Amino acid sequence: MTATATTTDPQPSYKWVGTRPVRHDGLDKVTGRARYGADLNLPGMLIGAVLRSPHAHARILAIDNSAAEAMEGVRAVVTGADFPMLESEMGGSGEEFVDFRDLCRNVMARDKVLYEGHALAAVAATSRREALAALDAIKVDYEVLPHVLDVSLAMAPDAPILHEDMITEGVDPAPDGPSNVADRYVIDRGDIEKGFAEADVIVEREFVTQPVHQGYIEPHAVVADVGEDGKATVFCSSQGHFMVRSFTARLLGWEPSRVKVIPAEIGGGFGGKTTVYVEPVATRLSQKAGRPVKIVMTRDEVFRATGPTSGCKISLKVGATRDGRLTAVSGSMAYQAGAFKGSPASLGCMCAFAPYAIENVFLEGLDVVVNMPKVAAYRAPGAPMASFASETLLDEIAEELGMDPLEFRLRNAAEEGVRSVYGPIFKRIGFKETVEAVRDHPQYSIELGPNQGRGVASGFWFNFGGSSSATVHINEDGSASVLTGSPDIGGSRASMALMAAEELGIDIYDISPIVSDTESVGFTDVTGGSRVTHATGMAVIDACRKVVADLRARAAKVWDVDVSEVEWVDGRAQHVSGDRAPITARDLAADAAGTGGPITASAAVNARGAGAAFSTQVCDVEVDPETGAVKILRYTTAQDAGRAIHPSYVEGQMQGGVAQGIGWALNEEYIFDSGGTMENPGFLDYRMPVASDLPMIDTVIVEVPNPGHPYGVRGVGEVGIVPPMAAVANAIHDATGLRLSELPMSPVKVLEAIGANGG
Amino acid sequence: MTGTGKGVPAGVALCSETRVPATLRAVLRGFDSAFVLLSGRGATSFGCAMRYAAPTSIEEAVSVLAGDVHAQVYAGATDFIPQLRMGRPEPGVAVDLKRIDRLTGLRREGDSWVIGAATPSARLGEEEDLVAELPGLVEAAALIGSDQIQSRASLGGNLCNASPAADSVPAMVVNNGRAVIAGPAGMRTIPVASVVTGPGSTSLAADEFLVEFVFDRPPPRTADAYLRFIPRTEMDIAVVGAGARLTLDEAGRCREVSVALGAVAPTVVMVPAAAGILVGHPLTDEALKRVAAEASAVCNPIDDKRGTKAYRRQVAGVLAVRALRLAADRAARTGS
Repeated sequence: MTATATTTDPQPSYKWVGTRPVRHDGLDKVTGRARYGADLNLPGMLIGAVLRSPHAHARILAIDNSAAEAMEGVRAVVTGADFPMLESEMGGSGEEFVDFRDLCRNVMARDKVLYEGHALAAVAATSRREALAALDAIKVDYEVLPHVLDVSLAMAPDAPILHEDMITEGVDPAPDGPSNVADRYVIDRGDIEKGFAEADVIVEREFVTQPVHQGYIEPHAVVADVGEDGKATVFCSSQGHFMVRSFTARLLGWEPSRVKVIPAEIGGGFGGKTTVYVEPVATRLSQKAGRPVKIVMTRDEVFRATGPTSGCKISLKVGATRDGRLTAVSGSMAYQAGAFKGSPASLGCMCAFAPYAIENVFLEGLDVVVNMPKVAAYRAPGAPMASFASETLLDEIAEELGMDPLEFRLRNAAEEGVRSVYGPIFKRIGFKETVEAVRDHPQYSIELGPNQGRGVASGFWFNFGGSSSATVHINEDGSASVLTGSPDIGGSRASMALMAAEELGIDIYDISPIVSDTESVGFTDVTGGSRVTHATGMAVIDACRKVVADLRARAAKVWDVDVSEVEWVDGRAQHVSGDRAPITARDLAADAAGTGGPITASAAVNARGAGAAFSTQVCDVEVDPETGAVKILRYTTAQDAGRAIHPSYVEGQMQGGVAQGIGWALNEEYIFDSGGTMENPGFLDYRMPVASDLPMIDTVIVEVPNPGHPYGVRGVGEVGIVPPMAAVANAIHDATGLRLSELPMSPVKVLEAIGANGG
Repeated sequence: MTGTGKGVPAGVALCSETRVPATLRAVLRGFDSAFVLLSGRGATSFGCAMRYAAPTSIEEAVSVLAGDVHAQVYAGATDFIPQLRMGRPEPGVAVDLKRIDRLTGLRREGDSWVIGAATPSARLGEEEDLVAELPGLVEAAALIGSDQIQSRASLGGNLCNASPAADSVPAMVVNNGRAVIAGPAGMRTIPVASVVTGPGSTSLAADEFLVEFVFDRPPPRTADAYLRFIPRTEMDIAVVGAGARLTLDEAGRCREVSVALGAVAPTVVMVPAAAGILVGHPLTDEALKRVAAEASAVCNPIDDKRGTKAYRRQVAGVLAVRALRLAADRAARTGS
C-alpha cells in the first residue's frame, strides 16, 4: 500500500496531530485483556434468554408463562406486559432517531409480532440451559397473518398491513386509510421538465438492493444489576452509553438518572449499536429477580432481530448536455424500514447527487414497513444504495457522451458556494480534490487485461456534530487524564489523546484517554455520524485550553507577573521576556495545592460546522465469464479528511468502508424463505468478504480543512462505504459490457446476465 | 472385555457431563467448530446429560457402540459441535475416535496409500509423497474449513457427515478410494462411493464406524485434481465441486478418465460419458465441450441459498473441464 496525502493548505506545524502513535488501548485489545460486553461476570448472576417469534407476522392471542415460571432455576420471566406502553414521541440524536412507541414494541412485542425473531418474552435463570428450557415452556397462541417483505409488494393495494393505524405522512391530502408507507419525503428544486428538455442524453434505470447487516463481530451483550435502592447499573457495549441510559430508562418508565451505564469495549457497531434491544429486558429481569442478569445474543439472534439496513427499489432518470453538464435528475426511492417506520429513504434522496451542482431535481423517498427487523443505522445510512443507482447512471451517461467518467464528475462537481441538492450551501469542501486524486493515482492508468474492467464512483456524507462533553485532569505527576463520553469504536482514544497532547504540549503517552461512564462525564451523544473526532474533539480541545489558561495563571502567580506575560509552549510555562526559568506542567501539578488546588477543567459543546465528507474510488475487477465470479484486482479510495488527526485510523476507516461496500456489492444479502424466515443467519451463508477476497485497499487522504473545526477535522467514518457498489458495478460493465442494476452482484446473477447477453 | 454398569466396557473413559474433560466442555459451550462424525448413526436425545468416551482401540470402540444405542462417534467434530449448538439432539455418549492410533495415521503400504479416517486434513499436506502422487485428494482435503479447522477436520468426518457438498468426496471417488469399516462382525471394505446414500445418511450400520481409507498409488502419467466453486475465496461451502483423474498414454491421449461432481445432486455423481468421449483421444477443446455438456446433464441439483439449479448445472461443466485440464497437465509432468 502506498498511502499518500494531498493537502490544499500548507501543513501547519503540529507536533502531534498527524502522527501515528500506537493506540493506548491497543495492547489490551491484542492480548484479550480488554473487556467487551460479554466479559463481565458478577456474583449471583443469572443468565437471560429471549423468546423470539417463529412467524414473520402474527397476532399474539395469548402468552402463558406459568410453566416457565415454575421451573427449577428460573428466577424471572417478563413479557410485553412488564413494560409500559409508550406513546409516540421522537428521541435519539445524530443520525438515529426513534419513536419510543415503536422502540418499546420492538424490544418486546405487544399484540402482534412483526418479524421472525421479534422478541416477545424473556427469562432469567441460573444457567443458560435452564433459561433455554424455560423458553421452550412458554406457550404462545398465534394467529398467523400474511406477511410481506418485498418493498414493492408492501406498497401494493392488497398488501398485508403491518400497522392498522399507520397513515402515510408527507402526502397532502392525507390518505383515507392505512398503508405500509410511513412517510413520503420529497426534494423538489428547479424545473425538471425544463431540465430534461435541455438534455441531449437521458438515461433511466431501475435498481434493486437487498437488506444487509452491519456484521459487527461482537454480538449485543449486557449485564444489568438493579440494586435494593431501585437503581440500575448496566454494563454493555454500545455506540453511546448515554443513549442506552435514556432509552433503557424510558422503556422501563424511569427517569434516566435511575440508570448508570458503564461502557464496555465495543467490538464493532457501524451504526447498528445506536439503539437498544436486550438492555431494557435484562434490566427488568434483574429488577424482578433481585440479581444481576446477563444477556448475550447469539449470532443467529443478531441477524434475526437487530438492525440490518434497508433493501431498496430505486428508479432514477438523469439528463445531461452533450458537453457533459447535468441538467436534471428525477426519481423515486422506496426503502424497507423493517417492522417500524424510520428507513433512511430521505437521506438517500439527499445524498445521491450531493457531490454535484444540479439545478433541477425531483426525488421522492418512501419509507416502507415490511416484516423484517427494524432497520438500524449502517455507515452513512441510506446513501450507499442511492449512490449505487446515481453513480451507475452517471457512468452510463459519461459512456454515452464518450467522456472520461472522472472528467464528467469534475465538470459537474459541487464546490464552495454551490447550493447542495438537499438544500444548504456548501462551505469549503474537497470533492474535486478527491476526483483529482484518483485521476492522478497510478492505478487509474494501469493497463487492463482480458475480462478485466475499471470503474469509478463518488460519494457524499453529511457528517454530524452534536453534543459532547470532556473533562481534563492534570495528575500529580504532570500527566493528563482525558475523559470523554464517546465509546471508542474507531480509534477515538488515540485521536483525543493526540489533540490533547497538541494543546497541552505533553507527550502522547502522558495522556490517558478514558471513556467514562454516564455518572463521570457530561452527556454525550452516540458515536455515530462520523462525529466524535470532530465534536468530542472540540470538547477536548476546549477543556485543554481551559487547563492551559489555568496553568498559565498559576505560573503567573508563582512568578508574580501578569498572566499575559506567560505563554504555554511544549508543556511548559514560559515568561515572555524570558527572565524566569520555565515551569513544567509536572512542577505546577506537584504544587497544585499551593496555587489553587487540583488542576482540572471540563468543556461541553453542541458542535455545528461538521464539514461534509466526499470520497472518490476506483475499482479494477476481473470477471470469470464461465462462472460469473468477480475478483477485485485493485482498489483505491481517496477521501477528504479535512485534517487527519491519526492518519492510520483515517486510512483504517477508509479501508473498512470499502471492504463493507465490496461485500454489499458482491455477496451480502438477507435471504428469506417463503414463510419470512431468514435462511442465512450466520457468517457461512451471509457472505461478508473474507480477507483473501480483498486486495490491499490503497488510500489517498485528501486534506481540505473544515472551517468548522480548530484543526480542520472532517468526520471520516462513513463516506467510504458510499461509492463501492457503483464502482464495482461500473468496473463489471467495463469488463463485460453488462449494466447490473441489482445487488448483490453475486456469481449467479453475473452469470445469468452474461447468459442473457448471449455470452 | 467385561461390561460394567450401563453396559459400558471397562477401561473406557465414560463420565457424566460434569466430568467431561475441560477442553471438550469449552468446545461444547463456546467454540463455533471442532469435531466430526464417523458413523451413519442418527443421535437421539433421551433426557440425560451426554457422556463422553475415548476408546484407544477399535475393539473398545466397537464395544462402546454395542453398549449404547445412543452413542455417536466423532473425529474432529467440526460438524458435530456446530450441529449440537444448532439444536441437534445430544447423543447418549459422544465417542472420540482420535485416540485410536490406526484412525489417525497415514502410511504407504506397497502400492497403496492408507489414510486413517480421523487423520487431520492438515497432516495430508505435510506428506510430500502423498502430495506428489494424489495432489487432487490433498487439495480437496485442504479446502475443508479454515487453517484452525484443518488441524481437526478429517476425510472420514467429511464423508460421514454426508453433505452433498463435501469437498473430499469427489476426489476420493475419482481415485477409486475404498473405505474400511469396523463393526461387531469385524472389518469390511466398500467403495467410498457406496458410503453416502443421501444428504445426512450413510450405508454404515448404527454400530459401525470408519477406520481408514485405501487408495491405489497412481501408475505413470496419472494425476488427479479437485476444484470447487464458492462465492468467496475461502471459508465457504462448495456450490459445485469437481474431481477428475486421468491417465495419459505416451502420445498424450487419455487412457483412463474419471470425473465426479459434488454439490449438484444428493450424492456425488460420476460423469461416465467423460471416459467414452476422451479415452483414446487428446483433450481437445471440442471434446471437452462435450464433456462439459455431459457433466451438466448428469447433475440433479437444487435451488437454494447457495446457488440455483441452472447455475450449478452450468458451472459443473465448467469445473469438470478445468479439473480435467489441470489433471492432464499434472499427468503430463509426471510422465516426463
